[in-house]
Amino acid sequence: MPDHSERLLRHLERRSAEVRKLVVDAVYHAGSGHIGGALSLTDALVCLYFHHMDYDPKRPDWEDRDRFVLSKGHTCAAMYACLALHGLFPVEELRGLRSTGHFLQGHPDMRKTPGVEFTTGSLGQGLSGSIGMALAARLDDKEYRVYCAIGDGECQEGQIWEAAASASHHGLDNLCVLLDRNGLQIDGPVEEIMSIEPLPKRWRSFGWHVIEVDGHDHDEILRALAVASEVKGQPTCIILKTIKGKGVSFMEGSISFHGRAPKDEEYQKAMEELGAELARIDRLGVTA
Amino acid sequence: MRLNTAWLDQTDGITKKTTRDFASQTILEEGRKNPNLVVLDADLALSTKTIRFKQTFPDRFFDMGIQEQNMMGVAAGLATCGKTVIAATFATFATAQCYNVIRQSICYPRLNVKIYATHGGISVGGDGATHQMVEDIALMKSLPGMTVLAPSDAQEVASAVHAMCAFEGPTYLRLGRNDEPDIFESVDPFEIGKAHMLLPGDDITIAAMGTMTKAALIAAKQLEKEGIGARVLHCPTIKPLDEDAVVRAARETGAIVSCEEHTVLSGLGASIAWTLARHHPTVMGYVGIKDTFGESGSGQELIEKYGLGVKDIVCRVKEVLEVKKKQDRATVPA
Repeated sequence: MPDHSERLLRHLERRSAEVRKLVVDAVYHAGSGHIGGALSLTDALVCLYFHHMDYDPKRPDWEDRDRFVLSKGHTCAAMYACLALHGLFPVEELRGLRSTGHFLQGHPDMRKTPGVEFTTGSLGQGLSGSIGMALAARLDDKEYRVYCAIGDGECQEGQIWEAAASASHHGLDNLCVLLDRNGLQIDGPVEEIMSIEPLPKRWRSFGWHVIEVDGHDHDEILRALAVASEVKGQPTCIILKTIKGKGVSFMEGSISFHGRAPKDEEYQKAMEELGAELARIDRLGVTA
Repeated sequence: MRLNTAWLDQTDGITKKTTRDFASQTILEEGRKNPNLVVLDADLALSTKTIRFKQTFPDRFFDMGIQEQNMMGVAAGLATCGKTVIAATFATFATAQCYNVIRQSICYPRLNVKIYATHGGISVGGDGATHQMVEDIALMKSLPGMTVLAPSDAQEVASAVHAMCAFEGPTYLRLGRNDEPDIFESVDPFEIGKAHMLLPGDDITIAAMGTMTKAALIAAKQLEKEGIGARVLHCPTIKPLDEDAVVRAARETGAIVSCEEHTVLSGLGASIAWTLARHHPTVMGYVGIKDTFGESGSGQELIEKYGLGVKDIVCRVKEVLEVKKKQDRATVPA
């Protein structure tokens, strides 16, 4: 098991704070968007994009790259922020999110945005696409891995379970799902709207290797990703136990921030909180 | 395109061919040429005949089981990695079951997925309304970037499969279930977007696709005996429609009757009407399914019962000609 240095973990924490600031800023300027689920997934995205994935931002079309598919496409602001910090487009462009004619669509568009691997938005479809990529790797004898982030509410979609069955049927050990278990969907708590528990048992019964982690602990996420890369003969589902709206006190656990932009004063306060978090990490004196 | 005159002179007793055999054989040939061709099926490989590809290229064939939506998504994912993907199943499952997946995962990102759909139309027969897909062309043609093909006989089906595989972009290929006579003696290499005048005629045009072209030809021959010159325009590409050919036929014959084993609300006839309304308003009649579901029965009996027979085409042609004559009289200066 790799030992992740303090330095690496501080670096990733700092990246997470940066991404969260960019998410809040982008959605505020767009006037609409999905903050809560973007903030809950941020730490896992940061682990993938800034450490774990074999990915060269200078060559986003490199055919041997690891692929990431955001099946819960509504939370694309966090993925866009990662891509911008990787230099695929200027960070300032994030403020163009959702505006007419801009390349940052309200849901990911693989033809408009560099670095987006698969077009998503209508929930339930991204995992099937990821399976296609994983099968292609096998056909082409390539080593790349495919990561797919899905939401917990998204697990209510039937197509997810079609895909889950077919991935294990084909023994796709080059496929890893990151399941953002933030517990909330638009109409309320997932367990009240349409229960998906027992979640780990469901995925195990579909033939997946399941790992449960604190979805905000970079060390735990990285360890789970490392385990997933070693699992043979079956795909892995990492259940990320997360908090919707993580990182902004008044957005945490709030259903209202699933799909609305912050108002002016909320924006100011969120940016202050996230700025303070960045300053705190910087005071620790260990950055990249 | 050369018509099989032997068939046209004596339409009974001619051997028929299973178009799916020719489609699957051609898919196999394309697979030999292109190592990046991958075929998916949804537990209907014996019916769609993709089993041939499976037997020859087991590594490049995936039976996705009874999971049509997942199949379409997997096809899209494979296509992002440079694969040409053929996804096969019955027309109902391919389109109605999967519309949103085809929309978002295939058409919107313009991925190179070929939907090979068999069992389109009411002549599917005994399986009944659930399996008689008469809205698939409507669904598929409404998707931006989707190319929609409905070739007629075995040779043309084979040539359409070649063209589809060579073409870059999402494509829907529709076949019927039943064996078809060879209506062509020889076919040209299939040109996507091209319609063909199969029989000349100046009084009216019968425009047909897929399984209805044979009936259109027989109807035209009958009409000829009654002194009516019915041109037959074969439209194996519904989208993009050969608008020039349609407008030329309208200009030269002054009336068009469309024929399709599909709802008249939004299939070939609707596309022709939309073209003519913009470029050359023309009297039209429609032979097709009239906003209804089918039922179990023999294919041929259903064709008659639902108004898709040769006699229905002949009858519609005469009705439209009456309208055309009235219109002509009305435009004659006093």
